[in-house]
Amino acid sequence: MQKIISILVRNHPGVLSHVAGLFTRRAYNIESIAAGETENPEVTRITIVVSGDEFILDQVTKQLEKLIDVIQVQDLKYSESVTRELVLLTIFVSVKQRQKVIATANTFGAVVLDISEKTMTLEFVGNRRKIDTIIHALQEFRIKALARTGIVAVPLESQIEKERTLL
Amino acid sequence: MTTKKMTGAQMIIQSLIDEGVEYIFGFPGGAVIPIYDVLYDAPIKHILTRHEQGAAHAADGYARVTGRVGVCLATSGPGATNLVTGLATAHMDSVPMVAITGQVAVSSIGNDSFQESDIYGISIPITKYNYLVKNPDDLQATIREAFHIARTGRPGPVLIDIPKDVQTAWIAPKPLKPVELPGYCTRRKVTSEQIDAILDALRHARRPVIYAGGGVVCSGASPQLREFIKKTRIPITTSLMGKGIYPENDALSLGMLGMHGTKYANHAVHESDLIISMGVRFDDRVAGNVQRFAPLAKIVHIDIDPAEIGKRLAVDIPVVGDLKSILTKLNRKVNIPARQDWLDQVAEIKMKYPLTFKEDGKLMPQFILRTLSEMTRGKAIITTDVGQHQMWAALYYQCIEPRRFVTSGGSGTMGYGFPAAIGATVGCPKLPVVAICGDGSFQMCIQELATVRMYRLPVKIFIFNNGYLGMVRQWQQMFYNRRYSYTTLEFNPDFCQVAKGYDIPAIRVTSSEEVVGAINQALKIDGPVLVDFHIEREENVMPMIPPGGGQTDFILEGEA
Repeated sequence: MQKIISILVRNHPGVLSHVAGLFTRRAYNIESIAAGETENPEVTRITIVVSGDEFILDQVTKQLEKLIDVIQVQDLKYSESVTRELVLLTIFVSVKQRQKVIATANTFGAVVLDISEKTMTLEFVGNRRKIDTIIHALQEFRIKALARTGIVAVPLESQIEKERTLL
Repeated sequence: MTTKKMTGAQMIIQSLIDEGVEYIFGFPGGAVIPIYDVLYDAPIKHILTRHEQGAAHAADGYARVTGRVGVCLATSGPGATNLVTGLATAHMDSVPMVAITGQVAVSSIGNDSFQESDIYGISIPITKYNYLVKNPDDLQATIREAFHIARTGRPGPVLIDIPKDVQTAWIAPKPLKPVELPGYCTRRKVTSEQIDAILDALRHARRPVIYAGGGVVCSGASPQLREFIKKTRIPITTSLMGKGIYPENDALSLGMLGMHGTKYANHAVHESDLIISMGVRFDDRVAGNVQRFAPLAKIVHIDIDPAEIGKRLAVDIPVVGDLKSILTKLNRKVNIPARQDWLDQVAEIKMKYPLTFKEDGKLMPQFILRTLSEMTRGKAIITTDVGQHQMWAALYYQCIEPRRFVTSGGSGTMGYGFPAAIGATVGCPKLPVVAICGDGSFQMCIQELATVRMYRLPVKIFIFNNGYLGMVRQWQQMFYNRRYSYTTLEFNPDFCQVAKGYDIPAIRVTSSEEVVGAINQALKIDGPVLVDFHIEREENVMPMIPPGGGQTDFILEGEA
């Protein structure tokens, strides 16, 4: 099982150590972690995808809430949130094959950022499934570098509103 | 508070005074000289230990007996890393402490400077919170916040790492503002529905048992717990950390639960249909096998830390909040008849599985502790190291007040007991303080003999000397086919001679007839005393549930 946890923390130099340290100490598995400032420069949002059984996932939330620097912990359900990840991918592409890569990129809305004699660099954004699909579609090309930001997510307010009216 | 500019070091000491600190346990070094310079004529008393680990344990012992925040001070690098075991010990047992460490100057941090260590990074997992103060202007607010965090909610140790140039910088004191921590919640509202749910469970229970621990101590809820038991007549068992929250000589007390708990406590829990657990964490030494823990019982779990609820076992009625206020609310409303048939059954279990040991004239450790318990009427402060002697003390010393049994429960830190006794006697100078030590454990902090002699602290050191690392030897006997791998202390010093070297009176006891006289003499002597008890060498701690066993899976003596 996986879940996305979105936490707001006080923005200071040691805070990532405290959060990451908790995962090491309690042997929780981080699938991805992404951090950045919010609208308030004193507050950072960290989005963590964590895997484990239901029992562990429940503990992760409670232990995070205990950290002094953590202001708020929000469990995001995949069905009620929008998730995005950005990927930079450099692959070895011969001049002959460039058009094929560009066509694939267009199909998925990926952007070509750079073309060198032997390589092409693409940027694409999406949820995890879309990203896996693109990488799969380009699998015949040898990867030179792959960088992923990790997932960021926010709740889908419209979805939550709908559920509220149903209740 | 003056508004005159002061140095960082002056600010540190002034802030400690403002927090009500009377004692600091510490050891000087290069990166804290400015702080020590201020301490030289400050109205705070400093106890110089002989090792930083001793300072940390002493601050911890002081905090446990007084309920106040213990403070220790060490220099950068090795001074700071020597605090690590002490911080981890305090963290596991939720002890309020503030540790101040010196650090190399801000500009030198990260350069592998002389006596530099990343104590901020090192101490993250073993403190409740920690700080590296790089900006002198943050110092005042940081110290205030640190004390607030250490003593509120579930208490714990907080470390403040202060670079030397921050200590020497000039700072203008600011008016103190209330601590602002947006995500830190110390007070949790308990609803009347939750109180009613507990009361309802109580009404339906036929065989209720209270299982209470250190949380009751932290909350100061022992009087409320006693009132609750007086009203409900429910038998109580405690964790190691809960010793003394209810008088252990009372008929309703079942003593300690778990691996080395009493048989009757474990059997009562096994038979129970309602466990009211308060300020406990169902640690693996209590509930070795959570699947088989109290199989017939509904479980109420009350704790201030939401993360403890459901951490090791599923509970039926979870309540997060402060025990003192919850027990006060319960006491106001509770009205159930005593379950006489259950009390009779418990009395029967107690008769059937008494706590016994062989009394064949040899010098038995249990006999010493039972005698000490009787002679001090359960009112002394007992500190312990970790091992067999610790469990014997837990079983045979009957505490009647909380904060009088000082032991490293969660962390199991050998060498804890003696320095903790230093803090205990400083915190409670009017009470007799007895450090129950193993011959193995004692040698881990033996250097503090100089500290007790220097300040003439009346710590009575009782060494349970069997020439073994006894608890590990017991496990080797039971589970490793008697292969005593490196647990025999083939050489031990003559502890009485060692004491003599430190100008401390010492008594050697080799037979049971000498016990009463030796204890009397030790308690009577003004100042520190060492008593070296040469106990029966291969005596085991019984009863015992093997690791991972259910509450009634006792190993029988002689079976292993």
